[in-house]
Amino acid sequence: MARLTEANELVAREIIGRYPRPKSALIPLLHLAQEQDGWVTDDAMEHIAELVGVTAAEVLGTCSFYEMFKREPVGTYLVNICTNISCQLLGAEELLHHAEATLGVKAGGTTRDGLITLEDVECIAACTEAPCLQVNYRYRYKVAPEDFDRLVDDLRSGALVDEVPPHGTLHRTRQRIPTDRAAGAASPVGGREPAWIASRPAPAKDTP
Amino acid sequence: MTVTDAPRIITSRFDVADGFTIDRYEATGGYTALRRVLSMRPDEVAAEVKAASLLGRGGAGFPAGVKWGFCPPGVWPRYLVVNGDESEPGTYKDRLLMEKDPHQLIEGVLIACYAIGCAQAFLYVRGEMALAQERIAQALNEAYARGYVGRGILGSDFSVDVVLHWGAGAYIVGEETALIESLEGNRGMPRLKPPFFPAAKGLYLQPTVVNNVETLANLPWIVGHGGAAFAALGAETSRGTRLFAVSGHVKRPGVYEVEFGVTTFRDLLYSPLYGGGIRGGRALKAFIPGGASAPWFFEEHVDLPLEAGAVGKAGSMLGSGAVVVMDETTDVVKAALRLVRFFARESCGKCTPCREGTGWLEKILQRIDSGLGRPSDLDLLLDICDNISPSITWPPKQTTICPLGPSAVSPIASAVLRFRDEFEARIGAPAPVTVAVHGVAYNSKPPVEEPVGA
Ligand SMILES: Cc1cc2nc3c(=O)[nH]c(=O)nc-3n(C[C@H](O)[C@H](O)[C@H](O)COP(=O)(O)O)c2cc1C
Ligand code: SF4
Ligand code: FES
Repeated sequence: MARLTEANELVAREIIGRYPRPKSALIPLLHLAQEQDGWVTDDAMEHIAELVGVTAAEVLGTCSFYEMFKREPVGTYLVNICTNISCQLLGAEELLHHAEATLGVKAGGTTRDGLITLEDVECIAACTEAPCLQVNYRYRYKVAPEDFDRLVDDLRSGALVDEVPPHGTLHRTRQRIPTDRAAGAASPVGGREPAWIASRPAPAKDTP
Repeated sequence: MTVTDAPRIITSRFDVADGFTIDRYEATGGYTALRRVLSMRPDEVAAEVKAASLLGRGGAGFPAGVKWGFCPPGVWPRYLVVNGDESEPGTYKDRLLMEKDPHQLIEGVLIACYAIGCAQAFLYVRGEMALAQERIAQALNEAYARGYVGRGILGSDFSVDVVLHWGAGAYIVGEETALIESLEGNRGMPRLKPPFFPAAKGLYLQPTVVNNVETLANLPWIVGHGGAAFAALGAETSRGTRLFAVSGHVKRPGVYEVEFGVTTFRDLLYSPLYGGGIRGGRALKAFIPGGASAPWFFEEHVDLPLEAGAVGKAGSMLGSGAVVVMDETTDVVKAALRLVRFFARESCGKCTPCREGTGWLEKILQRIDSGLGRPSDLDLLLDICDNISPSITWPPKQTTICPLGPSAVSPIASAVLRFRDEFEARIGAPAPVTVAVHGVAYNSKPPVEEPVGA
C-alpha cells in the first residue's frame, strides 16, 4: 500500500531541497504521507527513507515519537478535546464524558462507521476559550454539550466538508520558494561570513 | 489599579479583519523597519535590541540582545530557529501572533537574521496549529513575491531564506535543544547543556539562536521607535509590553497586551479591562502565574507586579505569560492530578527521575483522588519530588537533562503544602508531611484576617 504518488514525490523533493540536510524534512514528509492516505503506512515510510537517504527504521523512530502521526487508520475526523488545566476548570472532563457517551467510544476509540476518532488531548493553546476542541486541527471554542452534538450531526451530514478537510490535511496553502528568489539552503559546512556583515563591519572598539 | 496607557506594540493589527494580509501590513507601516535596518550596520541593530532590554518571551526570560551576543565570532553559518511550538498549559499568545499578524513576525525574523548574520531561518510552528501554518505559508509566499525575503532582499546584499517548518505533536519539542533535534528530523529529545548550548552548538552543531515568536514580533517596533522607547515602558528587568493569557475562573478570560513590569496580578484578574474579577463573585483560591511549570500563587500575591525579578523572588515565574485562575470551588486534588498527568505524558523518557518519577506521581495522585490514598502518600509524593528536584527549591535544582522533570514538582508542592486538609479529607486520615520543602511560594501563608473594627 501507498508509497507517495508521483505528484507528492515532487512536492517531497521540493521540501527536501529547502533544508541543509535532507533528514530535516522528515516530519513534513510524514505529514505529506498522512495527508495522502489519512495515516502513515509502512510503504510510505520506506519511500520517505529512500528520498531522504536514511533507513526505514530511522523514519519509524522519528514517526513514533510524535502524537499526530497515526500508524493505523483513524476516523475521517479526529476530534481532540482538551482536558488540560484551563479547560478542566471550565468543564472539559464533563464534555469528554458527554462525548464518550454520545459517540459510544472511549477516548482513543473510533466510531464503528469509521467517521470519528475521539481523543483526550493536552493544551491546544486556546485556554481563554475553554472548554475547547479541535476537529482535524480546526478549532471549536467554548463548547457546550449541545454544541458538541451539533458538531457531530454536521460531521455526519457532510455540512462541514469544505471547512474541515479529511484527517491528514493540515494547512492547505503550501510554502513555495520561487527559484529565482531563493537564497538557498545554508550548508553547515564551509560557511563564510555573510555578505551584508562583511560589507558593513562594526567599527573597531576603542581600547581603553 | 495601575492599568497604563502603554501603546499596543504587538497586537495593533489584532482587531483588523485582514491584518494578516501583506496589503494591510504594508498599509499600516509594515516592512519599513526592514528598510531601515538595511541602512544600518548589523551591530547597530543588535545594539538597539540590547538597549530595549527585551526579555525572551518563551519562558526562560533571557535578554534577547545578550543571547545573540553568545554566538562565537567567526563561526559560520549561523542559523535562526523560531520557536512557535507553544504548548505550555495555559499559554495562548504565539498562535494569535502567527494567525493574526504573520508579517510582523516575518519582519522580526528578518531583522534578527540581519543583526546576527544568520544564513537561514526556520520557523517551527506547532503541528496542531493548521491555521497558523496556513497564514505563515501564505505570508511567506507574498513576502517572497514582493522581494522582502530570499535572495538580494530589497535589492541589497542581504539574502536569507525563511523556511516554514511544522511539528507533529510533542510538548517537549518546545525546549530549545529538543526543537533543534526535531528540526534535524529526529525524536524530540533534549540535548545536554553544556556542551550543546544552541548559540555554540545548535542546529547541525552550528551557532544557532532560538527565539520565541513573541520575542521576535517586538523587533519591528523596536527598530521603528528605538530601543530606548521600548525600555522606557515597564520597570526593573521587565521592559516594553507583554501578552498575558488570563484563563480559568475569571469573568473575562482573554489575551491581553499590558505594560510589563508595572501592571499587577490584581489588574489582570480584576480590572474590567482584563479579567474583570472572579466569576460569580467567588473568592480566589489560587492562581498559576506563568504556565503549568510555575509554582502557584495565592491571595497574598495578587499585588505583585508582573515583573520577572519580583515574581522570582516570591518563588515562582512569569514563564510563558499564562495566568490560570482557580476560584474557591476548585478541586485542587484533581487540578494537581491533571497537571502531573500532563508532565507524565509529555516526558520524553531520556532521564530516569523524570520518566519514572512523573509516572509514579500521577499514579499516587490518581489513587488519592479515587479515595484509595494512604496516610503516607503525601510524604511519598514529596519524596519523589525531592528526588527529581533536590530540596524542592525555586528556581528548581535539576537531576535531569531539561527542566521538564522539575516542572512536575511545582503543582504538587503547591497544592499539597497549601491545601493539605483537602488531600487528607480525600485520604480520610491525617497525612503528615516530613519532607523538607524550600521553595518560597510553597511555604507562603495566607494573610491573617484583621478582625473587623479592630
Ligand atoms: C519543557 C520546555 C518547554 C518549552 N516550550 C516552549 C515553547 O513552547 N515555546 C517557546 O518559545 N519556548 C519554550 N521553552 C523555552 C525554550 O527552551 C527557549 O528558552 C525559548 O524558546 C527561547 O526563546 P526566547 O529567549 O525568545 O524566550 C520551553 C522550555 C522547556 C524546558
Ligand atoms: S527531564 Fe524529562 S523531558 Fe527533559 S530530557 Fe529528561 S526525561 Fe526528557
Ligand atoms: S488548557 Fe485547554 S486549550 Fe489550554
